[in-house]
Amino acid sequence: MLEFAQETKAQLVRWMIHLRREPFNIAFNLLNPVILLIFMGGAFQGLTQGSVGGDYRTYLLPGILALTAFGNSMAGGIPLLFDKENGSLLRLMSTPISRASILVGRFLAVNINTTLQCVIILGLGFIFGVRIAAGLGGVLALLVIGLLLGFGVTVISLILAFVLKSHGDFFAIIGISALPATFLSSAFVPLDSLPLWMRLIAWVNPMTYMIDAMRSLILSGWDLPLLVRMAIVLLVFDGAMFWLGGRVLRRHLA
Amino acid sequence: MFDTVVRIENLRKQYGPITALDDISLEVERGTIFGLLGPNGAGKTTAVKILTTLVRPDAGKVEVAGTDILKDPDRVRSLIGYVPQELTVDPYLTVKEHLRYYADLYHLSAAVREPRIREALGLVGLAGQEDRRARYLSGGTKKKLDLACGLMHRPPLILLDEPSLGLDVHVRRDVWNYVLRLKEQGTTVFLCTNYMDEAERLCDEVAIIDHGKIAVAGAPAALRSQLKKDVISVEIAGFNEHEREKLATLEKAVSQLAIVQATTKDGARLKIDVESNEIALPQILERTASLSIPIRTITYSRPGLDEVFLHFTGRPLAEEKEKDA
Repeated sequence: MLEFAQETKAQLVRWMIHLRREPFNIAFNLLNPVILLIFMGGAFQGLTQGSVGGDYRTYLLPGILALTAFGNSMAGGIPLLFDKENGSLLRLMSTPISRASILVGRFLAVNINTTLQCVIILGLGFIFGVRIAAGLGGVLALLVIGLLLGFGVTVISLILAFVLKSHGDFFAIIGISALPATFLSSAFVPLDSLPLWMRLIAWVNPMTYMIDAMRSLILSGWDLPLLVRMAIVLLVFDGAMFWLGGRVLRRHLA
Repeated sequence: MFDTVVRIENLRKQYGPITALDDISLEVERGTIFGLLGPNGAGKTTAVKILTTLVRPDAGKVEVAGTDILKDPDRVRSLIGYVPQELTVDPYLTVKEHLRYYADLYHLSAAVREPRIREALGLVGLAGQEDRRARYLSGGTKKKLDLACGLMHRPPLILLDEPSLGLDVHVRRDVWNYVLRLKEQGTTVFLCTNYMDEAERLCDEVAIIDHGKIAVAGAPAALRSQLKKDVISVEIAGFNEHEREKLATLEKAVSQLAIVQATTKDGARLKIDVESNEIALPQILERTASLSIPIRTITYSRPGLDEVFLHFTGRPLAEEKEKDA
């Protein structure tokens, strides 16, 4: 157990050094969310006044947070794919470490990074006048909800890192997954304003429940039934991904 | 303690239709440098990946310091240091951060960590560069860092896959010195290479591998002497066209010696193929003296492992390398 902690810490430290010395990677993931928050928030401010009932940026923020958490988690496996491509992963596996520490170290690093990025988005939102109705506790709750999505998506990304053959494929999948996943939810417009087929997809998209819960914390305060519903959906999603990840990765890391 | 650090018996590995290793058996004694020598694609890297527990063999038995690689892979991993062919340093980390990273992966205690880091830095000659990021190091220095990372836990066996591939001449020499220092410290080294000079310079034992099979194994000197072929070259002093008969006389005289296998004339030189120059040289000198033939120079050359490879596999090693590239 102590050895597991030592080897996992070593790998987590490595990823944290990357984070500190390559802040551009954060900027890369934050680019889309920040553009949406600043420009889409500004552009649709007047247009949406009646339909969302208030400030559009405030309405948009949960969707932006979801996009941030999704994007960062989805990209989380990439460094492992690079390690696989350049031989470092094999060398790592020739050391007497538990294979699980490779996954746990990366998993922790990705989710620390996600939290950091969500804090930046919340800070930007604050600058643009977004206030959180549920207060400081609400801010914490928003970060936790971001992580609840991030956990499951990170596992998907770790699976992709070991299943995919090249990082080119990986970038393509990230590129085509983030925006549809967000648009096919209640991220940008109320659910009942979507066409039926989009509404049906949004209905099974965990992000919808996440965003609805976040939105209630931002716009109106603590809405317990909504939060419980979100927690159940996301925990089931995370559980399913952990189960799948365990099955697939056990094979690939033998 | 085990005197045989690596024991491979009847090892086989198949990748689809390709037989990477075809019934390989070999042993490496403790404290020696062993070289697996062969062209690219001969099966060297597959052998190393099996020894490092990264690839499962199809058949055969492999033991590292008495531990079976299939029965207790985790223990094997703690007994080896593996430095792959590719550079695996992390550009974002400093030299010292790399060594700390590996210290933790090998579960070293905090008390031994710093002394070991200093020791490793000294061994590869990186002292004073602890705080430089790997990104800014030259290719040769990156390789040295890679080598240092593999010995943080003082493993009894170090596996080096093509350690001097693509390095400058002087860095290559540094890497060789590092390998020799490891041996001085009692570490066993298992080395893969397709450089003949590297194998000759470093290895106590070599096995020549070709198409997944070991063609021949033994000490480099023993392999060379199996070829029974040294070449002695005698150059006649003051040679001119009128003195051609001097060379012919000499050729006729040495041809009568039992140890001489063949002779060829080449300008002022006579090339004499012999089994062993130690025995042949005095006899040839005696003949030239008794015939009063003045000699300007006399040289001899031994066959290198290049010739050994050619002899045992039927084709030159260099040609194979070009074909792969």
